Amino acid sequence: MNWLDRIIPPKIKGGRDSGSGVPKGLWRKCNGCQAVLYAEELVSSFEVCPKCDHHHRIGGQRRLKSFFGATSYELIGEEVRPLDALKFRDLKKYKDRLNEAIRKCDSSEALLVAQGTLIDQAVVVAAFDFSFMGGSMGAVVGERFVRGVDRAIEERIPFICFSASGGARMQEALFSLMQLSKTVAALKRLKDEAIPYISVLTDPTMGGVSASFAMLGDVIIAEPKALVGFAGQRVIEQTVREKLPEGFQRAEFLLEHGSIDMIVARSELPASIHRMLSSLYFEPRSQTRVFA
Amino acid sequence: MIYDHLDFEKPIAELEEKIEELERVSAKDEDGIDFSAEIQKLKVKCQEKTKDIFSRLNASQITQIARHPDRPYTLDYISILIENFQELHGDRHYSDDSAIVAGIGTFKGIPVALIGHQKGRDARERTYRNWGMPRPEGYRKAQRIMSMAERFKMPLLTFIDTPGAYPGVGAEERGQAEAIACSIEKLTDLKTPVISTVIGEGGSGGALAIGVCDHLIMLEYSTYSVISPEGCAAILWKSGDKAKEAAEAMGVTTRHLSGHGLVDTVIKEPLGGVHRDIAPVIDSLEGILEAQIKRLSGMPVEEMLEQRYQRLMDYGKFTEK
Ligand SMILES: [Zn+2]
Repeated sequence: MNWLDRIIPPKIKGGRDSGSGVPKGLWRKCNGCQAVLYAEELVSSFEVCPKCDHHHRIGGQRRLKSFFGATSYELIGEEVRPLDALKFRDLKKYKDRLNEAIRKCDSSEALLVAQGTLIDQAVVVAAFDFSFMGGSMGAVVGERFVRGVDRAIEERIPFICFSASGGARMQEALFSLMQLSKTVAALKRLKDEAIPYISVLTDPTMGGVSASFAMLGDVIIAEPKALVGFAGQRVIEQTVREKLPEGFQRAEFLLEHGSIDMIVARSELPASIHRMLSSLYFEPRSQTRVFA
Repeated sequence: MIYDHLDFEKPIAELEEKIEELERVSAKDEDGIDFSAEIQKLKVKCQEKTKDIFSRLNASQITQIARHPDRPYTLDYISILIENFQELHGDRHYSDDSAIVAGIGTFKGIPVALIGHQKGRDARERTYRNWGMPRPEGYRKAQRIMSMAERFKMPLLTFIDTPGAYPGVGAEERGQAEAIACSIEKLTDLKTPVISTVIGEGGSGGALAIGVCDHLIMLEYSTYSVISPEGCAAILWKSGDKAKEAAEAMGVTTRHLSGHGLVDTVIKEPLGGVHRDIAPVIDSLEGILEAQIKRLSGMPVEEMLEQRYQRLMDYGKFTEK
């Protein structure tokens, strides 16, 4: 079983949430409590189970909508599109995998970046789409991320990233590894400008994404029960040859071990992040700070 | 000397054994039979066979050479290149990770800081060095030495040779991902020249954590990749024994990587690999390190950092529509 099979619950494989909106069928089963729910109910709650609070994965566009609410936002770096420079081929051609992902998802790549307004505060938001090739980070993800950070520096507005990724995109080989240093170097400039960066870890955040920008937030928030770590659980099990402890690499485990600041429910994220940004002092470009 | 041989080196091994056998016989031969002509003939044959095999190595064979148990490790290079090497230990928080060695010394009279992955030679040392797979403490020790290098204006030389960061329960509990991320962050704008050399295996984030640099050197038969060929095969081919295909597809060798502009200098290895003769590799490495330290030290720091930044920004190909 590979990491992808392991982290995608069997029930959503195949008919997985496309991220776009309305899933097929009238009923859906919660992956947490197995309760049968109105599909529409899950859509309006942004994929959080009203019965057990299980946070299902959510696509890039819907993540942006859930965060910005009714206000509009402007996508950044949408013009940046994937290129199969290595003509990579495993069981399938990388090109075919890309086309399949583009067809299936409402996101044009595994990362969407947008500038919008959070209540009264202009922000840049980067949102991963796990349904696009496991949210894997290749050249497009790296470039869009950097363009988002550059915009935040230019406008002197906070940068927020919602991670959901299995790690680097193997089909882009060493180029994908180099996206770790590329994204981190851009973020360092944001930090040096004293502009806040909030990292939100959602299920799952692993490998090259956790080992780069995801763990470097001024404030790191995780959604409840999100799986977050460097190494995949199967690899660890094979290495240490023992069963992993209950709740290992879950958000609650990370909080307990001092790796993150807090766990916040999806519905609370906009208010919670807005509150945080109101406290983190940073100088807006206009030098006049708006107090809500 | 008989080396550990890899599968594809079998024909070479057989010839070497024959030569060794003949040399042993002639050394204690009392009848005065002269085998030297025969030995010479075999040596030429062996040389040709080696040349032949090494001229058409595939990516998976090169991966095996990069992991060769006789291959020189970080401390081997340091012991030859560096005078007055003083190893420094510990991350000051939890423990000392022996999978990463770090310290200070002088290189051609220049004070330098050194960080490298370290593998073990025999069974006991291999365990002690954790097969060159660092835990968070290793990266935090590295960060400590990076800071020192910056403060004392010492060029930083790093040596990369790891299958990857250690995938263990404790490593996760103590923040492996954060440790790697912080190491990368520190190197992206460290205000001193950073020169990295991949001497064996460049395994993923665990390698990059000490590999963000101004000049990247790779030894001819070293590899650098985002995931091990075995790991890639298990995920994409759903079968670990497709590692050969995965190594080829990812292009983990210096030939592929330099073709894509991902490596600055490739150092040629002697026939059969650097473990057969380290001297020519040391010569080249010494020359390149000296030239690069000179070039980078002669540059205003801001300019050096801007170049480092632009190198990072240029990684990756995409279209714009
Ligand atoms: Zn539920």
